[in-house]
Amino acid sequence: MDKMIYADNAATTAMSERAAKAMLPYLTQIFGNPSSLHTVGQIAKEELEKARASVARSLGCEPREIYFTSGGSEADNQAIRSAAETGAGKGKKHIITTAFEHHAVLHTLKKLEKEGFEVTYLPVGSYGYVTAEQVKQAIRPSTALVTVMYANNEVGTIQPIAEIAEVCRAAGVTFHTDAVQAVGHIPVDVKAAGVDMLSLSAHKFHGPKGIGALYCRRGVPLRTFIEGGAQERGKRAGTENVGAAVAMAVALEDAVSGLTENAAKLVKMRDRIIDGLLKIPHSRLNGGRENRLPGNVNMCFEGIEGESLLLLLNEKGICASSGSACTSGSLDPSHVLLALGLPHEVAHGSLRLSFSESNTEEDADAILKAVPEVVEYLRSISPVWDDLVKGRRKHLI
Amino acid sequence: MALYSEKVMDHFRNPRNVGVIEDADGVGEVGNAKCGDIMKIYLKIENDVITDVKFSTFGCGSAIASSSMATELIKGKPLSQALELTNKAVAEALDGLPAHKMHCSVLAEEAIRAAIKNYYDTHGIPYDKSEFPDPSDADEHPADED
Ligand SMILES: Cc1ncc(COP(=O)(O)O)c(C=O)c1O
Repeated sequence: MDKMIYADNAATTAMSERAAKAMLPYLTQIFGNPSSLHTVGQIAKEELEKARASVARSLGCEPREIYFTSGGSEADNQAIRSAAETGAGKGKKHIITTAFEHHAVLHTLKKLEKEGFEVTYLPVGSYGYVTAEQVKQAIRPSTALVTVMYANNEVGTIQPIAEIAEVCRAAGVTFHTDAVQAVGHIPVDVKAAGVDMLSLSAHKFHGPKGIGALYCRRGVPLRTFIEGGAQERGKRAGTENVGAAVAMAVALEDAVSGLTENAAKLVKMRDRIIDGLLKIPHSRLNGGRENRLPGNVNMCFEGIEGESLLLLLNEKGICASSGSACTSGSLDPSHVLLALGLPHEVAHGSLRLSFSESNTEEDADAILKAVPEVVEYLRSISPVWDDLVKGRRKHLI
Repeated sequence: MALYSEKVMDHFRNPRNVGVIEDADGVGEVGNAKCGDIMKIYLKIENDVITDVKFSTFGCGSAIASSSMATELIKGKPLSQALELTNKAVAEALDGLPAHKMHCSVLAEEAIRAAIKNYYDTHGIPYDKSEFPDPSDADEHPADED
């Protein structure tokens, strides 16, 4: 294998050199505990607060509105649990979400359902969008929370977050958005969007893994998620991961400052790949083309299965992902593709390519050569494709 | 990828006996596209011996490797021996399969049995029906999967 083409940036990204460099001194030199009164601790404290201020600047809010977490999953759990408990205290036990949220959201909601909450899962249509009108229609006097993802992690569709926030504000309902895939990739300004809570995760924008943040607007009650010390203003106990917070701040600064340029480059690459792969007969693009994350391509190819597609692409040095059952570790293909209304047999044949600014047009060329070859080969050994070609089975796409 | 043994990857990369036998004596198809795996096995049979075998598979890497290995294990063998092939033997010949992929080897065993049953049925050969229970979805996907 000469060169590895990494096209799975929605799963995680490589840390940037600048973020890694910023983090290093915290492993050995600036090791203090920010809660300590002595100089060593206070230096760490100062750097932690600088990182908080920087993240706040990147998102357009105040430093005190940023709570560091262990990542996107924790931020989602904390936001939803907190709003649910606050709602329950007022007798409100209804939550609105979408059918295609990340499992960090969906599994938290499933647990709340067991605890007596009622959850409305808004359909996302065949292109993968919800509307503010749908949210408006679903709101009840008992609604405690609306949680809608900013952009979907599999199909990349960007939701009308500002419009949904407005509907929620008018109805007096707390609004949380999982912006893990959006932050650093499309402009996100929490004040302009008007959201109450927002989750982000550093490893999706070239920061370290295991660190993220929850934005919680001043005035929105936030419950303590991890009991213990008074860190994060008493809302999340545990000695802070100062170096990771600093590196996240650096990565976010870079992502935001390079956003316009990177997005323009990625959109060009994305569209070239989508157009090229759509030339494969009986293929389809999953998710709408408008309002789509700049680096996201998600396709289905009829008559083949996603895991074997990924393995063969891996043999050719291309790292991608799929929503097939075999790769999800369950019996069903991805809930996101099913939410778009795809039949199971089509959803099994999905491929997600997600790019970062370090991908090149040569990578795109290699992908445009490799994917059609692999699809054609797998079809040549597939009884399903044989049936489709011979008319014994109806084409679904 | 370390998910699979080198043997699985070899049979996945270079599957043996891929293809179709147009004038097959027995054809068996098991699985379900909805669940993500279908295996189809074609047999050429002379004097109760499998003289040729081909397969086509829609499914994951281990499904393709299991079909390939199963066809290797029955090629040139008498039917009685092919009927004794178990999914465990297929998995062992592949140096093991991850627990949640064992159903792929079950499919391979079932596809062979289905093809032999089809041979008996289409050639008017009597057989003990109780030896060929309908492969059910439950068999393909053991309930203890996570
Ligand atoms: C939309 C979305 N939400 C939440 C998460 C979880 O983030 P983390 O891995 O930081 O816990 C991810 C990433 O896997 C994601 O894509």
